Order: sequence, then C-alpha cells, then structure tokens
Amino acid sequence: MTREQFYRQVRGELPRTSPRKAPSFVLFFFLFGCVLLARPCFGQVTFDRLVNSAKEPQNWMTYSGDYSGKRWSGLDQINAGNAHSMVAKWVYQTGATGKLETTPLVVDGIMYATAQDDRAFALDARSGRPIWMYQHQLPGDIRPCCGRVNRGLAILGDKVFMGTLDAHVIALDAKTGNVIWDLIAADYRTGHSFTVAPLAVKNLIVIGVSGGEYGVRGFIDAYDADTGARKWRFYTVPGPGEPGHETWEGDSWKVGGAPAWNTGTYDPASNQIFWPTGNPSPSNRGAGRAGDNLYSNSLLALDADTGKLKWYFQFTKHDEHDWDATQVPVLIDADEKHLVAQANRNGFFYVLDRTNGKLISATAYGKQTWSDSKDGDGRPVAKKEASPTLEGHTVCPGALGTTNYLPPTYDSQTGLFYVTSRDQCDIFSTAPQPYEAGHAFYGSAYFPSEEAKPYLGFLKAIDPATGEIKMKFQHTSPTWSGVLSTAGGLVFSGDAEGNFIAFDAKSLKPLWHFQMGGAVYAGPMAYAIDGKEYVAIAAGSAIYTFGLPY
Amino acid sequence: MRLLAAVCSLAVAFIGEAHSQNPYAGNVKAAKAGEYEFRINCALCHGLGAHGGGRGPDLTRAQKKHTHNDAEMFQVISNGIPGTAMPANGTNGQGVGMTDEEIWQIITYIRSQEVKAAAKPLGDPRRGKTLFYGDANCSLCHMINGRGGRVGPDLSAVSGSRTREALIDSVRNPSRRLAWGLTESTKEFPQEYETVTAVTAEGKEIKGVTLNEDSFTVQVMDTNENLHLLEKDKLRSFQKSRESAMPKYGTDLLSDKDLEDIVAFLAGAGAK
Repeated sequence: MTREQFYRQVRGELPRTSPRKAPSFVLFFFLFGCVLLARPCFGQVTFDRLVNSAKEPQNWMTYSGDYSGKRWSGLDQINAGNAHSMVAKWVYQTGATGKLETTPLVVDGIMYATAQDDRAFALDARSGRPIWMYQHQLPGDIRPCCGRVNRGLAILGDKVFMGTLDAHVIALDAKTGNVIWDLIAADYRTGHSFTVAPLAVKNLIVIGVSGGEYGVRGFIDAYDADTGARKWRFYTVPGPGEPGHETWEGDSWKVGGAPAWNTGTYDPASNQIFWPTGNPSPSNRGAGRAGDNLYSNSLLALDADTGKLKWYFQFTKHDEHDWDATQVPVLIDADEKHLVAQANRNGFFYVLDRTNGKLISATAYGKQTWSDSKDGDGRPVAKKEASPTLEGHTVCPGALGTTNYLPPTYDSQTGLFYVTSRDQCDIFSTAPQPYEAGHAFYGSAYFPSEEAKPYLGFLKAIDPATGEIKMKFQHTSPTWSGVLSTAGGLVFSGDAEGNFIAFDAKSLKPLWHFQMGGAVYAGPMAYAIDGKEYVAIAAGSAIYTFGLPY
Repeated sequence: MRLLAAVCSLAVAFIGEAHSQNPYAGNVKAAKAGEYEFRINCALCHGLGAHGGGRGPDLTRAQKKHTHNDAEMFQVISNGIPGTAMPANGTNGQGVGMTDEEIWQIITYIRSQEVKAAAKPLGDPRRGKTLFYGDANCSLCHMINGRGGRVGPDLSAVSGSRTREALIDSVRNPSRRLAWGLTESTKEFPQEYETVTAVTAEGKEIKGVTLNEDSFTVQVMDTNENLHLLEKDKLRSFQKSRESAMPKYGTDLLSDKDLEDIVAFLAGAGAK
C-alpha cells in the first residue's frame, strides 16, 4: 500500500484493507524473513538464543556474556598478533557521575547499557550514537549502600530489564525505551535496592536484592517477563520452621542481610540457577547473631522454575568482615566434571562440584590472615582472633576483599581463571549499633591499615585444577576492573589510573593500552558488527569502544 | 512573577534556616549516636576518634580548613568539597547516605572531640619562619603562600588538616606516612610522594618524587624542580621507593624547640 492509499483509507475515501491480511504478512515475515535475511530478527532474544549464545559470538546477551559466567568471547579477529594496533572507535558520555559499573549488552548491532541513578540507554553499537535514553524517577530519600550504581540489563524477547535503587523492577521496550511494566519488589525506605544486572532464564527475570548494610532480609526474585507477575521468591535468610533458621540467634534473622546483589549463572542441563549471597547484617559485628547465619556468604543452587533450594555452600560462616560471597560463580566443565569456581572476597579460590555443592578445593589467592586451618570438608575456618574488636585491629584481606563484585573470566583455551585481586588489610573495629529501619546497620567501622601499606593490585591467572597462581600482572594500585578473555588469545582489563589494557593470555604481558581518563569499575565485553570485532568497557562516566584500524 | 520570586526567596530562606542551627548542639546522647554514625560514614578516611591519618584530615582541631561553623559543616558533609576527595553525602564508595538528623549527630560528635587550641602557641612563629626559610632548609622543597620549593607538598594549609603531633611525626619520621599529592576524581587512592630513580635510554639518571604514575608512564619532579614525563618501557631502569625523599630530621638536625617554632609558624600561615 502506498502512503497516499493509506491516508485515503484513513480519510474514509477508500475501503479498509481486510485486517487478516496484515497479520498474515507479519507472520510470513517472522517465519521466512529471518531466514531470507540470514540474520536474527531485531530485538527478539529468545531463551533458546541465550542458551546457545556461543553460536552468535557477535552478540553479548547476558551480564557475563553467557549463562556459565565465563565472560569469554568467541571472537578472534583481534588477537595477540594485532592487538598492538587497536584504536578507539567511539566514546559515549553518559552524563552520570560516580562509579560506572555497567556491562553493556549488544544484540544485533544495538548496545544496551545502564549508568548511575538508574539511567538506561540504547546505542548504535557501530557509532555510539544514542537511539533512546531512559531514566527512572528516583525519590529523594533513597539509601543505596555503595554509590548510586547499576551493573546492567537483562534482555529477553523485545524487552530489556533493570532493577532500580528504589527497589523497582522495570521492563523497557528494547526498540523505544518505553516502560512496559514497572513493579515495586520491596520498600526502599527500609534499605532495599537493586544494583544488579538481572538474569533472564526461560520466561523469568531473576534478580537479587541489595541492602546488607541496612539489615534487610535478603531475597532472590523471579518475575514473568511478559507481565511482571512474581513467580517465586527465595528468602536468603530462612524464616521460622525452615531449615537453617536455627543458625540465627533470637530475632536476628529478621534483619539478617544476606543480600544477593551480583548476577548469578545458570546451567540449562540441570535447570539450576547458581546465585551468590552477601554478608550477614550487621556486617562487622557478630554479637547478637550467634550461629552460622545461613544463607549469608553462600552459593545457592536453585531450581529455575520454582526457586526451590537444591543445595548450598557457605564460604564464610558467621562473617564479621563484610566478605560478601557475591562474586560471579563460574561454571566450568573439565574432565567430565561439572564444576563451579569462585574467587571469593575472603581471599580463597573455591572449586565445587556443582551437581551436589561439595567442596573440591579452597586455595588462598591473595594475602590473608584470617584463617590458618580447614574443617573436615576442606573449608577455611576463621581464627578466633580475626574477630573485630572495640579498639580495632588489622585483618587481611580488608573489608573490600581480595576481590569484589568485579567480574572474572575463565578462558578454556588456556584453562585459566583470570581475576582482579588486591592485597590490602583493614583495621576492623566493632561498635554497638541498634537496628533502626532504613538506617545504616554495620555495627562497625573499618579503614585501610597504614601499617599494611602499600596496597597492591593484581591481575592473577589461577589454574582451577590446582588453585595455583600461574602468573600475575601487578597494577600501579588496586583496581575495580573486571576481566574479559577472548578466542584471540587475549585478556582485557582496566585499571584505577584509567588505562584499558590488552594482555597476552599466555603471559599476562601487556600488548596494548589506552588511557581513558577515568578509573574503571566495570567489566569489559566484546561484540562484532558486519564482521568487525569491538571491545567495550565503561570508565569514568563514559563507555569506550575499541577495534582494529579498518 | 515578583510574587513567585518572593515565594522562592522565602523558600530558600526557610531551607537555609533549617540547616543553619544544630538541633543537637552539646547533646551528649546525640554525640554518642554521632560517634557510631561517624565510624560508619567518616572513619574510613578521617580515622577512629576523628584523628585523621587514614585519608582525610584530623577533625579534632578546632580550626578547620573548609568550615567555620556548624551550618558550613552541614553543607560540606551534604555536598562534599570540590577539588578534594571529600564526597557529597551518599555518593562515596563505602558509606551510606545520611539523614539530616544523622549529619547533625555527627557534627555534635565532632564538636565533642575537638581539642581546644592552647591559649598561647607552644612555639615562636617568628623564629619558626626564620628557621623554615633559613637554617632548617624546609623551603628548599616546601612552599608556603607561594614562597619556597616545589619538590615537596605545599604546606600553606597543612595546619588545617594535620594536628601538631602529626606534623611533628612527619618531620621526625617522613617515611612513616608518605604525603599525598594529586587526588583524581574517581580514583580510590591519592598519589603518594614516593621516591623515584629512573635511568633513561641514554643513561641519564633522574632522581625525584612522583607527581603521578600509572602502569605505563610516570611524571617525576627531580630535586632541581625539573619536570620529567617518562614512558616506562623506554627507560633503562625504573625504581620506586617508599623511603621519603625528605631527610629524617632527628633532634641532632632540629631540636624539639626549633621544631615547635616551625609548627607554630605553620599554624599561623594556615590561619591566613
């Protein structure tokens, strides 16, 4: 139909086309159009595509790049032989201030990312030019813990999904940025918030709450992607009558924390979600919450359909040092073993059998002084004298941990797990602090220990089979950058001084770097358009994209 | 329009009024609550007991560099201090956003910790000035109000952020806590005055302090105040040390009385 015919129809000068004709054409296009175009249809990200993301390395469709959390790209156009010639392709200024922790998604040429204060935007991933921009209206009295940050989006169907600092979960139209649904998951006034990039599994949007600094009762939620209806909630602190409730003293479970603020992983074969949890509340004062405090600082294996707990493993029992176990649990299959590996904030690298949660190994990968023995399962046990005191004393790692939320990578080509780590010790001092709804609930103070200076930052390569550190690169100072590995034999990471660096995956020798002018607090990712590979990372208040000089 | 302007100015006046008076001034209970809030929100940089030394200045000094009264302190805690590492309330990496009530409690606590300055300075500032620019050789490296050297930190305002004890310790044991230089907006730690020895490809040795550094470059000021902008991979050798470039002033070099006079001079300089 021509435009003229259309307007004549609207004006009533021509009879209307039968409504049946349009759908049949649309149906025809969806059935055959994609085949004819030999490329995926814009925006339609099916669960099947997410499961088989390795088949489309040009796209980066989840926070960690795939369901296994490896943050590995199958692209190899940029490789150890030509990385030295990389150039900046474009920069997108978000206009936000503070720490930019987002990992962008790229699907079929469009980049989707977030920034501070719950901004979301879609960019032409070839040029960096914005297509739409959205910002959630936040109340003035939100109380995020650690910066007004957001780590990214999930994409499913024709929508992208974000959690907000006032504890909303929002679905946006991927084509326009319009709000499709917007629900309130919890009360922000009691310290609940979302900073995590959600995970799309089947038709569910899985998201974990932040608020371990406010004494929330942590939970992981799953919402119907179409309607926003809540399908399940798993409370990370068991209520009365539930197993694990006995690990809390008195009513301490009600304000027990155990938030779930980093994105988990998913194993389609067993239909299990692996989601890590954070510190018990108050974070640095154990008095009043005697017991192991389940399921704080644990890895949870949940049935994706029901949210039912299959197994758990607690890394740090009765934590008093704010060592959230919220690092990405990376699924690794080796020698017919189905493993999950995590470089934990407490300074140990753990490998578990993911079919049953049994610990296989726990090896220190940074400076630690809190444990010198292991229990019968091989789990490091805290020394009594590691507990914070009123006067304060030094414990390593510090509260920021040997690593933190910054995502690691596993490269199956080298068989190594690459993670950013820091050697820093803090003085931990406890302070009695009553719970008050919506108020900070640390029960403590901690600050860098002068006597333990200088603080060192590293990129380390760990062999998961042995826990051995095979090689390391020392940064000028500790960094908050995540790590990406690619089929090109490269590892990418950033630093606190603003450099983005390409390393040889075999030696961790820097092959190329670019000064971005802002510290890195995010993980890198890779994508391709029209056969050209790009690597992107957030730094300062902008998103940077690099490629070869073509 | 005029009415609107009047309403606006009234509103501004009202908001201003709300944050000009500490409702808890002198309240012991509020000071105790403030102590815990301080530990949670401020101690990371300003240290336990507000004695400073971690990253931020000592706040037990009655004389503050950026604030003169409770209302100004409220503004500084709420909005941060541009050009410094002091963040606006709720925007720092570790702490949590505080309510107005909590900020006032913290101010009440800080006031309760302040040490009143001695009625008379312990040292003689005039003699201290003579020493600073003369026999003690401080001004070879340090500058006050535009006069002096560039190799070490500018000391014009140091008395507003460091206690007498911290200043004395810095002179007696300069390597114990290296002074801070540049603070970049989103970087976690400020640059420290580390000592650098670099040898260029041509074999020229450069000794000085780091103004800034990353994994690939270093910006050095040598002891003759020459700036060297170096690429590390082009150097024959590059060594860094946490042994301060400043000599350790024992009592043989500088008596306790001389040092007290210099500290008195620094305190006076900061007051300007």
